[in-house]
Amino acid sequence: MKLSIAVYGAPHSSEASESAYRFASAACSMGHSLIRVFFYHDGVHNASSLAIPPQDETQTTQRWQALALEFNIDLVVCVAAALRRGIVNTEEAERYDLESQNLGKGFEISGLGQLLDAAVSSERLVSFGH
Amino acid sequence: MKETPTTATPKKILFVNTKAPYGSSLARDALDALLAASAYEQDLSVLFLGEAVFQLLRNQNPKDIGMKSLAATLPVLPMYDITQIYAQESALSTRGLSIDDLVLPVKVLGADEIAALMGSQGAILSF
Repeated sequence: MKLSIAVYGAPHSSEASESAYRFASAACSMGHSLIRVFFYHDGVHNASSLAIPPQDETQTTQRWQALALEFNIDLVVCVAAALRRGIVNTEEAERYDLESQNLGKGFEISGLGQLLDAAVSSERLVSFGH
Repeated sequence: MKETPTTATPKKILFVNTKAPYGSSLARDALDALLAASAYEQDLSVLFLGEAVFQLLRNQNPKDIGMKSLAATLPVLPMYDITQIYAQESALSTRGLSIDDLVLPVKVLGADEIAALMGSQGAILSF
């Protein structure tokens, strides 16, 4: 089955990204086709390459990156939600003259249309985060 | 990324709102997503459940808490061809609200009608 996922919760402070990852991982290992994970609202924090959780805790960003690499999944971060919360790629960092970029490798910043596109192109869109 | 197949038959997509208007930004984010979705020529509808019916109230003045009013934006939905707007009957009645208190003309649905509405959709986005 063609699936997409929407994540609205930040790692560590919410269970949403943990649940979303476990669902994503299980779906992929069962042979379903996960097209896209769309990070919106506080979910954009999943894409930060500057988060340093303690070593014995979940490395959220790296885990998404590994899953996306293995199963060829789009990891898309909503640009409006990301800019509000300080998640920026090189292009946005230059545009706003910021000190650094912090979008993890494998994630891309795009618009809300990608959430609707996920709903249209998937047989199921599963939301995590409230 | 894959592009949206714009020529395909419109898909029935329901946006479900569950949050009160200003405690989190999810209500605003849901509205932004709905307005963005209106550009994609799909068959959109929106449902307000539980605390989310407060999003529809007239006379909201959240400027004092540093927020933009949802009531200022919600009335534009029909101009974006979003006219299938629903509210949960019990959510209104338990909060002492009637459709006269709302900024938009909504269709009020009972539990069975909500179940039927959800069952008829191709996709549901829950906020």
